[in-house]
Amino acid sequence: MKHFSFLKRKEPLNDTQLLMAITIGIFLIMYVSAIMLFGGGFNHAQQIFDMLNDNASLIIVSCGLTIVMIGGGIDISVGAVTSLTVMSCVLYLNRGGNIYVSILLALGIGLAFGLVQGFLISYLEIQPFIVTLAGMFFARGMTTILSVNPQKAAHKTFNALRAKKIEISWLGYKARNGNLVPARIELGVLVALVCVIFVFLMLRYIRMGRNTYAMGGNQQSALMLGINVKRTRFMTYVLSGLLSGIAGYVFMLHTGAGNATNAAGMEMNAIASSIIGGTLLTGGVGNVIGTFFGTLSLTTIKKIVVTSGLNDPWWQSITTGGMLCFFILLQSVVLGKRSKKKNT
Amino acid sequence: MQEEYLLTMRRIDKRFPGVLALNGVDFTLRDGEIHALMGENGAGKSTLIKVLTGVYQMDGGEIRLEGKPMVIHSPQDAQKKGISTVYQEITLCPNLTVAENIFIGRGKGVWVRQKSLEKRADEILSKLGIPARSTQLLGSCSLAVQQMVAIARAVDMNCKVLILDEPTSSLDDKEVNRLFDLMRDLKSRGVGIIFVTHFLDQVYAVSDRITVLRNGELVGEYLTEELPQIQLVSKMIGKELEELSSLSETEEKKTEEKEILYEAEGLSSTEALPFDFAIRRGEVNGFTGLLGSGRSESVRAIFGADKVTGGTVRINGKPVKISKPVDAMKHGIGYLAEDRKRDGIIAELSVRENIILALQVMNGMFKPISRSESEAFADEYIKVLNIKTASRETPVGSLSGGNQQKVILARWLLTHPDYLILDEPTRGIDVGTKLEIQKLVLKLAEEGVSVTFISSEVEEMLRTCSRLIVMRDRHVVGELTGQDLNQTQVMKTIAGGEA
Repeated sequence: MKHFSFLKRKEPLNDTQLLMAITIGIFLIMYVSAIMLFGGGFNHAQQIFDMLNDNASLIIVSCGLTIVMIGGGIDISVGAVTSLTVMSCVLYLNRGGNIYVSILLALGIGLAFGLVQGFLISYLEIQPFIVTLAGMFFARGMTTILSVNPQKAAHKTFNALRAKKIEISWLGYKARNGNLVPARIELGVLVALVCVIFVFLMLRYIRMGRNTYAMGGNQQSALMLGINVKRTRFMTYVLSGLLSGIAGYVFMLHTGAGNATNAAGMEMNAIASSIIGGTLLTGGVGNVIGTFFGTLSLTTIKKIVVTSGLNDPWWQSITTGGMLCFFILLQSVVLGKRSKKKNT
Repeated sequence: MQEEYLLTMRRIDKRFPGVLALNGVDFTLRDGEIHALMGENGAGKSTLIKVLTGVYQMDGGEIRLEGKPMVIHSPQDAQKKGISTVYQEITLCPNLTVAENIFIGRGKGVWVRQKSLEKRADEILSKLGIPARSTQLLGSCSLAVQQMVAIARAVDMNCKVLILDEPTSSLDDKEVNRLFDLMRDLKSRGVGIIFVTHFLDQVYAVSDRITVLRNGELVGEYLTEELPQIQLVSKMIGKELEELSSLSETEEKKTEEKEILYEAEGLSSTEALPFDFAIRRGEVNGFTGLLGSGRSESVRAIFGADKVTGGTVRINGKPVKISKPVDAMKHGIGYLAEDRKRDGIIAELSVRENIILALQVMNGMFKPISRSESEAFADEYIKVLNIKTASRETPVGSLSGGNQQKVILARWLLTHPDYLILDEPTRGIDVGTKLEIQKLVLKLAEEGVSVTFISSEVEEMLRTCSRLIVMRDRHVVGELTGQDLNQTQVMKTIAGGEA
């Protein structure tokens, strides 16, 4: 059975897997050291669930951005689209709208942005940065036009849905008064996990996902290999838009209010999550599981900063910036070492 | 009734604005034949290929595949109809696995079944004897293997006509032979192969027939064994043989004992081991050796292109320090890089801007060259070097390879160098331009410029150089002058047999 062992030979990690492994490793190290340094809150499972509860929409947006970035593009409209979705849905619900229609509305807004931006970028071949920059300003402006003042959702069914939480008692902890507080997970987290799994499967097993990698690796080659590059690129932006819409709804489930400054800077956090998760800005390399852990790493470091008593918001920005630098440096060192090894 | 060929192209016309790129060209390909398509740059061979692969639409003529007339709309359409092309630059995705590169863009349906594709890919690879695993990333394979994977893809798509466009230009001898074995194997399976190359030896090593184009017209179709190499060359360039041989006579000329211009002792860089080297005024010498023997690395050290790590350098007897290209330029050294796309031309800039580039760097930022001055320079060199360009403001990227090379040459000549290093100046360019560049080198030497010349073609080096430094495994293993300058001796030295 010599042949068999030849075929089964394990391949060394490719760049995507390697970068992802690094991210997961660093997340674990960070989290464990947080437990050792601060103990307390980090000991409880709820800490992780809180991180997920707070960042479910960021995770979803990052998934979309990862797809776009693997394809060699960029989408900076995601945060603004999320914000517009939140505001639109809250206003709609407050006028006595139907909850199912509000979901469709969220999907529709995301999809519309994805379709238009994707069309401009893929078929009219306009720079993605410019198109999505315009999309970002447009969506932000629209949000403000809809309402300058914050709007709180006052829809019965919606608020009931919002209050629904999954409770896991064996992961809970005893509060000081002796009562057991079960771990609470919001519905949005489930949506986020479904999105992560869907995008993971798509990038790995579905033709369009593989074509995205090919396109990001070498667009000219992808074209020569018979891939419909325009359609593939179009689809990446449509998915990104759609996921922004979903993220908007999840955001609304979490905060229960629309605000013109909702999700401000989310696009940058999403880009940071993708990069920390091992997606290369140059395209062709990346993985959504990495992005998931990228978001968690980003959140953990912010939590650590806050827990150490540096409560001012700029400390979070500074550490986020530092971490991004560190990861990019690490990536280029590791990948540089590899390509050197390959050449000798 | 005419004989049915695998592929027949009849009276193909292709017009570009102002140029008739193809003028009634015929081309036929038989089953199981390796057919070399030869011609200078601008002869129309790449236009013909592009018409055949659907990149261009022809303006007149007819294409028949297995007797059936057909119209080809796009490269993808050509592939579907059984015409596949493997280009000089690999057009695969290095970030995907070998198996994916063979199958991507071809299947239907939503899901991709990696496992079964991998199994099929392994079968194809082992059938064709390609040393790669299906699960390996393409980027981790050597260039030669990547090229073979491209061929494997074409074969698996049931291609009847396989076009190999300059497939060997980045391969070493061993890899070339492996590729040839694969080509012969495909030939025995009945695939018709169109082989485009600049290497005459390879044409004779592997092809059955040769079609020669010149200036967009068909010169003729010949059986390879009936067409001597020297006649092929004269058919390609349309010049008579005397002109060719007159060049080789200049080889007899020896440099008189002039003073030494440049001298290096123990020069080394991050890429090159220490070596000694000297060149006299008006001398043409060369570094030779196999690919990877360190010949390019050595001249890059002279120019300071890689980080210099040691050694002493004297120019005109005075010690100088050259640690980066600008130092070398200030001391009158010019360097024509091996990879003109990467190190040489700036494709988006015009011919004029590319020509004055080096002079501008020498002058420094604060002494701009006036527009009229630069136009005059550009016009002068376009004329002197016979650069074929629409105007001096044409982007260099749109020129043919040979003419790009001349632009870079003009760039260095404008700085009036004492010493010019030409690393593979003739690679990938047509025979006619090659000859022009060789002549130019000899003329420069007569005018007192020292030239170091590197080429993969030993014959070309013998024709131009009066001294050859032979390298093997990054060491200088010999210097040949005078009577020792012949093919046998060079081969012997490279192979390791001492004189």
